[in-house]
Amino acid sequence: MTSPADTLDSRQRAIAEEFAFLTDWMLRYEHLIEHAKTMPPLAPEARTDDRLVRGCQSKVWLHTWQEDASGETRFRVEADSEAQIVRGLASLLVRALDGLPPDVVSDADLWFLKETGLAEHLSPNRANGLDAMVRQIREAAA
Amino acid sequence: MTAHTAPFDVDRVRADFPILTREVHGKPLVYLDNAATTQKPRAVLDRLARYYSHENANVHRGVHFLSADGTEHYEEARRSVQRFVGAEHAREVVFTRGTTESINLVAHGFARGGFLASGDEILVSALEHHANVVPWQMAAEVTGATLRVIPMTDRGDLDLTDLDSLINERTRIVAVTHTSNALGTVTPLAKIIAAARAMDVPVLVDGAQATPHAAVDVQALGADFFVFSSHKTYGPTGIGVLWGREAWLDKLPPYQGGGDMIENVTFEKTTYTGLPGKFEAGTPHVAGGIGLGAAVEYLMDLGMENVAAHEADLVSYAEAQLGAVEGLTFVGTPEARASAISFLLDGIHPYDAGTVLDRLGIAVRTGQHCAQPVMDRLGVPGTVRASFGLYNTRAEVDVLIDGLSRVRTLFG
Repeated sequence: MTSPADTLDSRQRAIAEEFAFLTDWMLRYEHLIEHAKTMPPLAPEARTDDRLVRGCQSKVWLHTWQEDASGETRFRVEADSEAQIVRGLASLLVRALDGLPPDVVSDADLWFLKETGLAEHLSPNRANGLDAMVRQIREAAA
Repeated sequence: MTAHTAPFDVDRVRADFPILTREVHGKPLVYLDNAATTQKPRAVLDRLARYYSHENANVHRGVHFLSADGTEHYEEARRSVQRFVGAEHAREVVFTRGTTESINLVAHGFARGGFLASGDEILVSALEHHANVVPWQMAAEVTGATLRVIPMTDRGDLDLTDLDSLINERTRIVAVTHTSNALGTVTPLAKIIAAARAMDVPVLVDGAQATPHAAVDVQALGADFFVFSSHKTYGPTGIGVLWGREAWLDKLPPYQGGGDMIENVTFEKTTYTGLPGKFEAGTPHVAGGIGLGAAVEYLMDLGMENVAAHEADLVSYAEAQLGAVEGLTFVGTPEARASAISFLLDGIHPYDAGTVLDRLGIAVRTGQHCAQPVMDRLGVPGTVRASFGLYNTRAEVDVLIDGLSRVRTLFG
């Protein structure tokens, strides 16, 4: 029986493995853009101002909610952004965290960001809002 | 302005700026964010090191050697700035923290000094940076005055059609930029200042984007206040200048209270010192002032007319090369431009473009450039902005063009 924490780890491992072969930054961006293209966009009516993530140069929307699945509470997250690289980053967060129990999400150690080299986008003064997205997701799950 | 006899040799000039040899992400740095801040020549770096190594002391009123020596250097820097902007007196040169503080000082002085009242108008332009909007809004808020705006055209030029009604008997001050940081537009200051003078209305010119690129002569300009920042003019951060006509500076109340700006203090009443000390409360940024002095001396030695000619060639080359990039739209095509060029690539968010350019060692700015009203007026969420300085080259423009083609391939 896989625990939710194992699921989080295995999801992160899968992402890290994908990036492991991408030694060149351009390839990493290409990969992020691929992810950005495959993530379904938020419906225009779901792009409300109250879902905007503050502190991003491009508009980023986070839609989070909790739902019951076979008697267990699950944290759900959808995201969207005007910028492809930011959409790509958001899609990785969604892939890692969507559908996990809220307590796992709020305490999640997102080690894949460091492992993939994407952590450098985490600095709060970077205008991409990755840091703000992570914080907002944790708060929504807490 | 000292005439520079040697021809402008950009390679020799580049050698004066140590940071330009840096690599970023394993690529040679191509620094095209000069409207945000400029790099510092060795003359400035060495001057700062010498100050802290040999001359550091608090200035004014010190009895000991170092203090007197430091004061002399600091005041010499003020005289350098006086020459740089063509001011009549050194005492008209007030050291501040920068353009933003200079404008706040004047706006605060107008509000507190009784120069603004309910029904009065403050005129700004549609091209202003936030620093030349928000302080006036604050002044309007406390006095009941209203803010009016000289509109702009779709090309990013100021539209002076209604200037005669915009400057009227209710106008108390006109605050306008010399050069737009967001679009690079050089504004028709002569016309605006002439119209204001005809109505006896004072004019503040935001010169933050002017002093790095062209010779400035405040007396010829005819404005009443001229402000600029050291860090955008090849000097240290944290210091800037407010030049004001003596008559106006005498009339305005002090901005902050404290040491250095007083003549006599009792608990009953304090009297203030004369210019420029009245506006320089507390220990000044002595190193910054001296560093700025070194920066403007360096520029005067190069000759601002040589800098302007070099940059004019560079900007027209960049406009031509960028204009040939498929899917590129200029944001702002003003009649006269200095340094900054804003643009968008079809279907590509500025942030994405800037992120990829950064990986190629190219530093550009993306976003709204602290000029949200400009972006709103043109209906764009932001732009990519390349802004050029005296050390940039045609070869660097070519690197930018190659970078943009990489961007287009990646997001195409």
